[in-house]
Amino acid sequence: MAAVSRGFHGRRRDEAEAARLAPGQYLTQDFPVLSAGPTPHQPLDAWTFEVRGAVNEPRSWTWEQFQALPRERINVDIHCVTKWSKFDTRWTGVSIDTLLEGVETSAGYVLAFCDGGYTTNLPLEDVRGGKAWVAFEFDDEPLHPEHGGPARLLVPHLYFWKSAKWLRGIELRHEDSPGFWEGYGYHNYGDPWKEQRYAGD
Amino acid sequence: MERAAVRRRLTWQLARVVEIVTENARTKSIVLDAAEWPGHRAGQHVDVRLTAEDGYQAQRSYSIASAPEDEHLVLTVERLDDGEVSPYLTETIRPGDELELRGPVGGYFVWEESLGGPLLLVGGGSGVVPLRAMLRYHGAVGSDLPARLLYSARTQADLIYRRELEGFDTTITLTREPWAGRTGRVDRELLEEVAWPATDHPLVYVCGPTGFVEAVADALVALGHDASRVRTERFGPT
Repeated sequence: MAAVSRGFHGRRRDEAEAARLAPGQYLTQDFPVLSAGPTPHQPLDAWTFEVRGAVNEPRSWTWEQFQALPRERINVDIHCVTKWSKFDTRWTGVSIDTLLEGVETSAGYVLAFCDGGYTTNLPLEDVRGGKAWVAFEFDDEPLHPEHGGPARLLVPHLYFWKSAKWLRGIELRHEDSPGFWEGYGYHNYGDPWKEQRYAGD
Repeated sequence: MERAAVRRRLTWQLARVVEIVTENARTKSIVLDAAEWPGHRAGQHVDVRLTAEDGYQAQRSYSIASAPEDEHLVLTVERLDDGEVSPYLTETIRPGDELELRGPVGGYFVWEESLGGPLLLVGGGSGVVPLRAMLRYHGAVGSDLPARLLYSARTQADLIYRRELEGFDTTITLTREPWAGRTGRVDRELLEEVAWPATDHPLVYVCGPTGFVEAVADALVALGHDASRVRTERFGPT
Protein backbone atom coordinates (compact mmCIF):
# COMPACT_ATOMS: atom_id res chain seq x y z
CA MET A 1 0.00 0.00 0.00
CA ALA A 2 1.45 3.30 -1.07
CA ALA A 3 1.83 6.11 1.44
CA VAL A 4 -0.48 9.08 1.03
CA SER A 5 1.33 12.22 -0.11
CA ARG A 6 0.23 14.97 2.26
CA GLY A 7 -1.65 17.67 0.40
CA PHE A 8 -1.65 15.94 -2.99
CA HIS A 9 -4.96 15.91 -4.82
CA GLY A 10 -3.94 15.30 -8.41
CA ARG A 11 -5.84 15.95 -11.54
CA ARG A 12 -8.82 13.66 -11.85
CA ARG A 13 -9.66 12.27 -15.24
CA ASP A 14 -12.98 11.21 -16.64
CA GLU A 15 -13.53 7.47 -16.72
CA ALA A 16 -13.16 7.08 -20.46
CA GLU A 17 -9.76 8.75 -20.41
CA ALA A 18 -8.64 6.80 -17.36
CA ALA A 19 -9.60 3.50 -19.00
CA ARG A 20 -7.43 4.26 -22.03
CA LEU A 21 -4.39 5.17 -19.96
CA ALA A 22 -2.02 2.36 -19.08
CA PRO A 23 -1.15 2.29 -15.35
CA GLY A 24 1.17 5.08 -14.17
CA GLN A 25 0.74 7.05 -17.38
CA TYR A 26 -0.57 10.58 -17.98
CA LEU A 27 -2.11 12.00 -21.11
CA THR A 28 -0.25 14.55 -23.20
CA GLN A 29 -1.37 16.52 -26.25
CA ASP A 30 2.26 17.16 -27.23
CA PHE A 31 4.55 14.71 -28.93
CA PRO A 32 7.66 14.56 -26.75
CA VAL A 33 10.97 13.50 -28.28
CA LEU A 34 13.34 11.10 -26.54
CA SER A 35 16.53 9.97 -28.21
CA ALA A 36 19.87 8.86 -26.83
CA GLY A 37 21.98 10.74 -29.36
CA PRO A 38 21.94 13.18 -32.28
CA THR A 39 19.15 12.76 -34.82
CA PRO A 40 20.49 10.94 -37.90
CA HIS A 41 19.62 12.49 -41.25
CA GLN A 42 19.64 9.62 -43.72
CA PRO A 43 19.18 10.68 -47.37
CA LEU A 44 16.33 8.76 -49.00
CA ASP A 45 18.41 7.74 -52.02
CA ALA A 46 20.76 5.88 -49.68
CA TRP A 47 17.99 4.40 -47.52
CA THR A 48 17.19 0.71 -47.70
CA PHE A 49 15.06 -1.57 -45.59
CA GLU A 50 16.29 -5.09 -44.91
CA VAL A 51 14.80 -8.30 -43.60
CA ARG A 52 17.76 -10.47 -42.69
CA GLY A 53 19.04 -13.08 -40.26
CA ALA A 54 17.32 -16.47 -39.87
CA VAL A 55 15.35 -16.31 -43.12
CA ASN A 56 15.44 -18.46 -46.24
CA GLU A 57 16.34 -15.41 -48.29
CA PRO A 58 17.22 -11.90 -47.08
CA ARG A 59 15.14 -9.11 -48.57
CA SER A 60 15.89 -5.49 -49.25
CA TRP A 61 13.88 -2.55 -50.54
CA THR A 62 14.96 0.88 -51.70
CA TRP A 63 12.87 3.86 -50.56
CA GLU A 64 11.10 3.89 -53.92
CA GLN A 65 10.32 0.18 -53.78
CA PHE A 66 9.19 0.50 -50.19
CA GLN A 67 6.78 3.28 -51.10
CA ALA A 68 5.21 1.02 -53.73
CA LEU A 69 4.24 -1.59 -51.10
CA PRO A 70 0.64 -1.73 -49.88
CA ARG A 71 0.23 0.85 -47.15
CA GLU A 72 -2.12 1.01 -44.21
CA ARG A 73 -3.45 3.83 -42.08
CA ILE A 74 -3.04 3.22 -38.39
CA ASN A 75 -4.85 5.12 -35.63
CA VAL A 76 -3.54 4.14 -32.20
CA ASP A 77 -2.81 5.25 -28.65
CA ILE A 78 0.88 5.20 -27.73
CA HIS A 79 2.51 4.84 -24.31
CA CYS A 80 6.07 5.97 -23.52
CA VAL A 81 7.98 4.44 -20.60
CA THR A 82 8.77 8.00 -19.40
CA LYS A 83 5.06 8.15 -18.41
CA TRP A 84 3.33 10.07 -21.20
CA SER A 85 0.65 8.60 -23.38
CA LYS A 86 -0.84 10.12 -26.49
CA PHE A 87 -4.23 9.13 -27.87
CA ASP A 88 -5.36 8.72 -31.48
CA THR A 89 -1.99 9.13 -33.18
CA ARG A 90 -2.40 8.76 -36.94
CA TRP A 91 0.24 7.01 -38.99
CA THR A 92 0.73 5.59 -42.46
CA GLY A 93 2.99 2.62 -42.93
CA VAL A 94 3.64 -0.86 -44.24
CA SER A 95 2.62 -3.80 -42.11
CA ILE A 96 5.42 -6.10 -41.00
CA ASP A 97 3.14 -8.90 -42.26
CA THR A 98 3.58 -7.48 -45.76
CA LEU A 99 7.37 -7.43 -45.38
CA LEU A 100 7.44 -11.00 -44.07
CA GLU A 101 5.01 -12.42 -46.62
CA GLY A 102 6.40 -15.70 -47.95
CA VAL A 103 9.41 -15.56 -45.62
CA GLU A 104 10.24 -18.97 -44.20
CA THR A 105 11.74 -18.89 -40.75
CA SER A 106 11.88 -20.82 -37.53
CA ALA A 107 13.07 -17.73 -35.66
CA GLY A 108 11.23 -16.66 -32.53
CA TYR A 109 12.60 -13.14 -32.14
CA VAL A 110 13.47 -10.03 -34.06
CA LEU A 111 16.06 -7.36 -33.47
CA ALA A 112 15.15 -4.03 -35.04
CA PHE A 113 18.21 -2.08 -36.21
CA CYS A 114 18.51 1.60 -37.02
CA ASP A 115 20.62 4.47 -38.21
CA GLY A 116 22.64 5.75 -35.29
CA GLY A 117 23.14 2.23 -33.91
CA TYR A 118 19.91 1.91 -31.92
CA THR A 119 18.42 -1.56 -31.55
CA THR A 120 15.44 -3.11 -29.81
CA ASN A 121 14.36 -6.73 -29.43
CA LEU A 122 10.89 -8.22 -29.71
CA PRO A 123 9.28 -11.63 -29.97
CA LEU A 124 8.46 -12.31 -33.63
CA GLU A 125 4.83 -12.92 -32.75
CA ASP A 126 4.58 -9.35 -31.45
CA VAL A 127 5.35 -7.89 -34.85
CA ARG A 128 3.12 -10.28 -36.87
CA GLY A 129 -0.63 -10.54 -37.13
CA GLY A 130 -1.42 -6.86 -37.70
CA LYS A 131 0.41 -5.67 -34.59
CA ALA A 132 3.38 -3.78 -36.07
CA TRP A 133 4.23 -1.49 -38.98
CA VAL A 134 7.06 0.45 -40.54
CA ALA A 135 5.57 3.95 -40.42
CA PHE A 136 6.72 6.81 -42.63
CA GLU A 137 3.90 9.34 -42.24
CA PHE A 138 2.45 11.01 -39.17
CA ASP A 139 -0.75 13.04 -39.56
CA ASP A 140 -0.48 12.58 -43.34
CA GLU A 141 2.91 14.29 -43.43
CA PRO A 142 6.33 12.68 -43.93
CA LEU A 143 7.59 11.54 -40.54
CA HIS A 144 9.86 14.23 -39.09
CA PRO A 145 13.46 13.13 -38.36
CA GLU A 146 13.06 14.00 -34.66
CA HIS A 147 10.24 11.48 -34.49
CA GLY A 148 12.14 8.81 -36.38
CA GLY A 149 11.82 9.73 -40.03
CA PRO A 150 12.21 8.70 -42.72
CA ALA A 151 10.71 5.54 -41.19
CA ARG A 152 10.24 4.04 -37.75
CA LEU A 153 8.88 0.86 -36.30
CA LEU A 154 5.40 1.21 -34.84
CA VAL A 155 4.47 -1.38 -32.20
CA PRO A 156 1.78 0.43 -30.25
CA HIS A 157 0.91 -2.40 -27.86
CA LEU A 158 4.36 -2.13 -26.23
CA TYR A 159 6.12 0.87 -24.61
CA PHE A 160 7.21 3.23 -27.31
CA TRP A 161 10.97 2.64 -27.04
CA LYS A 162 10.18 -0.62 -28.88
CA SER A 163 8.93 1.51 -31.80
CA ALA A 164 12.48 2.14 -32.96
CA LYS A 165 13.20 5.41 -34.76
CA TRP A 166 15.26 5.63 -37.98
CA LEU A 167 14.56 1.97 -38.65
CA ARG A 168 16.62 0.27 -41.35
CA GLY A 169 15.54 -3.30 -40.98
CA ILE A 170 14.72 -6.26 -38.83
CA GLU A 171 16.90 -9.24 -38.12
CA LEU A 172 15.14 -12.51 -37.37
CA ARG A 173 16.81 -14.48 -34.61
CA HIS A 174 16.55 -17.84 -32.90
CA GLU A 175 17.83 -16.39 -29.64
CA ASP A 176 16.55 -13.33 -27.86
CA SER A 177 19.17 -10.76 -26.92
CA PRO A 178 18.63 -7.33 -25.39
CA GLY A 179 18.56 -4.23 -27.55
CA PHE A 180 19.79 -0.79 -26.53
CA TRP A 181 17.51 0.20 -23.65
CA GLU A 182 16.83 -3.40 -22.70
CA GLY A 183 20.58 -3.60 -22.00
CA TYR A 184 20.36 -0.57 -19.72
CA GLY A 185 17.84 -2.00 -17.33
CA TYR A 186 14.57 -1.45 -19.14
CA HIS A 187 12.15 -4.35 -19.34
CA ASN A 188 12.86 -6.96 -21.98
CA TYR A 189 9.24 -7.08 -23.18
CA GLY A 190 7.67 -3.76 -22.11
CA ASP A 191 3.91 -4.29 -21.84
CA PRO A 192 2.46 -0.93 -20.70
CA TRP A 193 -0.70 -2.58 -19.39
CA LYS A 194 1.40 -4.66 -16.99
CA GLU A 195 3.60 -1.63 -16.31
CA GLN A 196 6.73 -3.51 -17.37
CA ARG A 197 9.01 -0.48 -17.34
CA TYR A 198 12.21 -1.88 -15.88
CA ALA A 199 13.85 -5.29 -15.59
CA GLY A 200 12.03 -7.28 -12.93
CA ASP A 201 8.73 -5.35 -13.21
CA MET B 1 29.42 0.12 -23.46
CA GLU B 2 29.12 -0.80 -19.86
CA ARG B 3 26.12 -2.74 -18.77
CA ALA B 4 25.00 -3.59 -15.31
CA ALA B 5 25.82 -7.22 -14.72
CA VAL B 6 23.30 -7.78 -11.99
CA ARG B 7 19.66 -6.84 -12.38
CA ARG B 8 17.94 -5.79 -9.26
CA ARG B 9 14.23 -5.21 -9.22
CA LEU B 10 13.47 -1.54 -8.68
CA THR B 11 11.06 -1.27 -5.79
CA TRP B 12 9.21 1.76 -4.45
CA GLN B 13 10.71 3.21 -1.31
CA LEU B 14 9.96 6.13 0.96
CA ALA B 15 12.40 8.96 1.38
CA ARG B 16 12.05 11.78 3.90
CA VAL B 17 12.35 15.41 2.84
CA VAL B 18 15.20 16.99 4.79
CA GLU B 19 15.28 20.41 3.20
CA ILE B 20 13.83 22.42 0.32
CA VAL B 21 16.22 24.79 -1.44
CA THR B 22 14.90 27.55 -3.68
CA GLU B 23 16.99 27.59 -6.87
CA ASN B 24 14.97 30.19 -8.78
CA ALA B 25 11.37 31.44 -8.84
CA ARG B 26 10.11 28.21 -10.43
CA THR B 27 12.68 25.68 -9.30
CA LYS B 28 13.31 23.92 -6.01
CA SER B 29 15.78 21.30 -4.92
CA ILE B 30 14.35 18.61 -2.69
CA VAL B 31 16.98 17.20 -0.36
CA LEU B 32 16.07 13.68 0.65
CA ASP B 33 17.06 11.19 3.27
CA ALA B 34 16.62 7.95 1.32
CA ALA B 35 17.66 5.20 3.70
CA GLU B 36 17.19 2.40 1.20
CA TRP B 37 18.69 4.20 -1.78
CA PRO B 38 20.96 1.71 -3.58
CA GLY B 39 23.23 4.43 -4.99
CA HIS B 40 23.32 5.86 -8.49
CA ARG B 41 25.61 7.09 -11.22
CA ALA B 42 25.81 10.74 -12.22
CA GLY B 43 23.22 11.50 -14.88
CA GLN B 44 20.59 8.96 -13.85
CA HIS B 45 17.03 9.80 -12.90
CA VAL B 46 14.41 8.63 -10.49
CA ASP B 47 10.69 7.89 -10.69
CA VAL B 48 8.50 9.74 -8.21
CA ARG B 49 4.99 8.61 -7.28
CA LEU B 50 2.40 10.72 -5.49
CA THR B 51 -0.71 9.20 -3.92
CA ALA B 52 -3.89 11.11 -3.01
CA GLU B 53 -6.07 10.10 -0.07
CA ASP B 54 -8.50 8.24 -2.33
CA GLY B 55 -5.67 6.19 -3.83
CA TYR B 56 -5.29 8.20 -7.04
CA GLN B 57 -1.65 8.18 -8.14
CA ALA B 58 0.57 10.14 -10.48
CA GLN B 59 4.14 9.33 -11.54
CA ARG B 60 6.89 11.37 -13.15
CA SER B 61 10.65 11.05 -13.69
CA TYR B 62 13.20 13.60 -12.46
CA SER B 63 16.92 13.89 -12.95
CA ILE B 64 19.09 13.41 -9.90
CA ALA B 65 20.99 16.59 -9.06
CA SER B 66 23.37 15.11 -6.48
CA ALA B 67 26.57 13.16 -6.96
CA PRO B 68 26.61 9.53 -5.82
CA GLU B 69 29.11 10.63 -3.17
CA ASP B 70 26.86 13.31 -1.69
CA GLU B 71 25.31 12.71 1.71
CA HIS B 72 21.75 13.23 0.47
CA LEU B 73 19.83 12.38 -2.65
CA VAL B 74 18.74 15.64 -4.29
CA LEU B 75 16.10 16.19 -6.95
CA THR B 76 15.80 19.57 -8.63
CA VAL B 77 12.33 20.20 -10.00
CA GLU B 78 11.08 23.03 -12.19
CA ARG B 79 7.42 23.92 -11.85
CA LEU B 80 5.39 23.52 -15.03
CA ASP B 81 2.33 25.73 -14.74
CA ASP B 82 0.04 23.13 -16.27
CA GLY B 83 1.81 20.29 -14.50
CA GLU B 84 0.26 17.81 -12.13
CA VAL B 85 3.27 16.69 -10.09
CA SER B 86 5.80 19.53 -10.36
CA PRO B 87 3.52 22.13 -8.65
CA TYR B 88 3.22 19.75 -5.70
CA LEU B 89 6.98 19.19 -5.54
CA THR B 90 7.77 22.90 -5.80
CA GLU B 91 4.94 24.42 -3.76
CA THR B 92 3.36 21.93 -1.39
CA ILE B 93 5.93 19.45 -0.16
CA ARG B 94 7.93 20.48 2.92
CA PRO B 95 10.61 19.12 5.22
CA GLY B 96 9.41 16.11 7.16
CA ASP B 97 7.11 14.89 4.39
CA GLU B 98 7.69 11.53 2.81
CA LEU B 99 8.18 11.06 -0.91
CA GLU B 100 7.82 7.75 -2.70
CA LEU B 101 10.42 6.99 -5.32
CA ARG B 102 12.15 4.23 -7.18
CA GLY B 103 15.37 4.11 -9.10
CA PRO B 104 17.94 4.83 -10.22
CA VAL B 105 16.72 4.66 -13.79
CA GLY B 106 18.62 5.04 -17.06
CA GLY B 107 22.14 3.94 -17.78
CA TYR B 108 23.25 5.69 -20.95
CA PHE B 109 23.12 9.38 -20.08
CA VAL B 110 25.65 8.69 -17.35
CA TRP B 111 29.21 9.79 -16.88
CA GLU B 112 31.78 7.81 -14.95
CA GLU B 113 35.47 8.51 -14.86
CA SER B 114 36.18 5.17 -16.54
CA LEU B 115 34.40 6.48 -19.66
CA GLY B 116 37.17 9.06 -20.05
CA GLY B 117 37.09 12.55 -21.44
CA PRO B 118 37.59 15.35 -22.07
CA LEU B 119 34.10 15.92 -20.81
CA LEU B 120 31.87 18.50 -22.44
CA LEU B 121 28.51 19.24 -20.83
CA VAL B 122 25.96 21.37 -22.62
CA GLY B 123 22.79 22.27 -20.73
CA GLY B 124 19.74 24.33 -21.59
CA GLY B 125 17.51 25.58 -18.77
CA SER B 126 16.77 22.90 -16.20
CA GLY B 127 18.68 20.49 -18.46
CA VAL B 128 21.68 21.49 -16.38
CA VAL B 129 20.45 19.30 -13.49
CA PRO B 130 22.02 15.93 -14.47
CA LEU B 131 25.12 17.78 -15.71
CA ARG B 132 25.52 19.31 -12.27
CA ALA B 133 25.46 15.79 -10.83
CA MET B 134 28.28 14.87 -13.22
CA LEU B 135 30.36 17.90 -12.20
CA ARG B 136 29.83 17.18 -8.51
CA TYR B 137 30.87 13.57 -9.11
CA HIS B 138 33.90 14.76 -11.10
CA GLY B 139 34.91 16.88 -8.12
CA ALA B 140 34.09 14.25 -5.52
CA VAL B 141 36.33 11.63 -7.10
CA GLY B 142 39.07 14.18 -7.76
CA SER B 143 39.11 13.45 -11.47
CA ASP B 144 41.84 15.19 -13.40
CA LEU B 145 40.04 14.72 -16.72
CA PRO B 146 39.22 18.12 -18.24
CA ALA B 147 35.55 18.97 -17.82
CA ARG B 148 33.74 21.98 -19.18
CA LEU B 149 30.14 23.16 -18.95
CA LEU B 150 28.27 25.33 -21.42
CA TYR B 151 25.04 26.47 -19.82
CA SER B 152 22.29 28.36 -21.61
CA ALA B 153 19.47 30.11 -19.75
CA ARG B 154 17.01 32.84 -20.55
CA THR B 155 17.99 35.44 -17.93
CA GLN B 156 20.20 35.69 -14.87
CA ALA B 157 17.13 35.13 -12.72
CA ASP B 158 16.60 31.77 -14.45
CA LEU B 159 20.08 30.47 -13.61
CA ILE B 160 20.26 27.70 -11.04
CA TYR B 161 23.29 26.51 -9.04
CA ARG B 162 25.01 29.68 -10.29
CA ARG B 163 27.61 30.12 -7.60
CA GLU B 164 28.48 26.44 -7.53
CA LEU B 165 28.79 26.17 -11.32
CA GLU B 166 31.00 29.23 -11.51
CA GLY B 167 33.51 27.25 -9.48
CA PHE B 168 33.91 24.90 -12.43
CA ASP B 169 35.07 25.62 -16.00
CA THR B 170 31.67 27.04 -16.93
CA THR B 171 30.53 29.30 -19.73
CA ILE B 172 27.09 30.82 -19.31
CA THR B 173 25.13 32.29 -22.18
CA LEU B 174 21.83 34.14 -21.78
CA THR B 175 19.26 34.14 -24.55
CA ARG B 176 16.80 36.79 -23.33
CA GLU B 177 18.76 39.32 -21.31
CA PRO B 178 21.74 41.54 -22.06
CA TRP B 179 24.47 41.29 -19.43
CA ALA B 180 28.21 41.47 -19.06
CA GLY B 181 28.62 37.85 -20.13
CA ARG B 182 27.83 36.00 -23.32
CA THR B 183 24.44 36.22 -24.97
CA GLY B 184 22.67 34.26 -27.67
CA ARG B 185 21.83 30.65 -28.31
CA VAL B 186 24.32 27.82 -28.24
CA ASP B 187 25.16 27.62 -31.92
CA ARG B 188 27.96 26.32 -34.05
CA GLU B 189 30.08 29.42 -33.51
CA LEU B 190 29.85 29.30 -29.74
CA LEU B 191 30.55 25.57 -29.70
CA GLU B 192 33.54 26.06 -31.96
CA GLU B 193 34.89 28.60 -29.52
CA VAL B 194 34.04 26.94 -26.22
CA ALA B 195 33.85 23.20 -26.87
CA TRP B 196 36.83 20.90 -27.08
CA PRO B 197 37.59 20.46 -30.78
CA ALA B 198 36.36 17.26 -32.45
CA THR B 199 39.98 16.18 -32.85
CA ASP B 200 40.19 15.85 -29.05
CA HIS B 201 37.29 13.34 -29.18
CA PRO B 202 35.43 14.74 -26.20
CA LEU B 203 32.61 12.81 -24.62
CA VAL B 204 29.62 15.14 -24.85
CA TYR B 205 26.40 15.22 -22.81
CA VAL B 206 23.61 17.49 -23.99
CA CYS B 207 20.45 17.98 -21.94
CA GLY B 208 17.61 20.43 -22.31
CA PRO B 209 14.38 21.11 -24.16
CA THR B 210 13.96 19.22 -27.42
CA GLY B 211 14.69 22.17 -29.71
CA PHE B 212 17.83 23.05 -27.77
CA VAL B 213 19.17 19.49 -27.83
CA GLU B 214 18.38 19.02 -31.52
CA ALA B 215 20.20 22.25 -32.43
CA VAL B 216 23.25 21.57 -30.26
CA ALA B 217 23.61 17.93 -31.28
CA ASP B 218 23.26 18.81 -34.98
CA ALA B 219 25.87 21.58 -34.61
CA LEU B 220 28.28 19.21 -32.86
CA VAL B 221 27.93 16.62 -35.63
CA ALA B 222 28.41 19.37 -38.23
CA LEU B 223 31.63 20.37 -36.43
CA GLY B 224 32.92 16.84 -36.89
CA HIS B 225 32.13 15.34 -33.51
CA ASP B 226 31.50 11.60 -33.60
CA ALA B 227 27.73 11.13 -33.17
CA SER B 228 28.37 8.06 -31.01
CA ARG B 229 30.17 10.28 -28.47
CA VAL B 230 27.28 12.72 -28.18
CA ARG B 231 24.77 11.54 -25.58
CA THR B 232 21.50 13.40 -25.30
CA GLU B 233 18.55 13.74 -23.01
CA ARG B 234 15.54 15.72 -24.22
CA PHE B 235 12.50 16.89 -22.38
CA GLY B 236 9.38 18.83 -23.14
CA PRO B 237 7.16 19.02 -26.20
CA THR B 238 8.39 19.56 -29.71
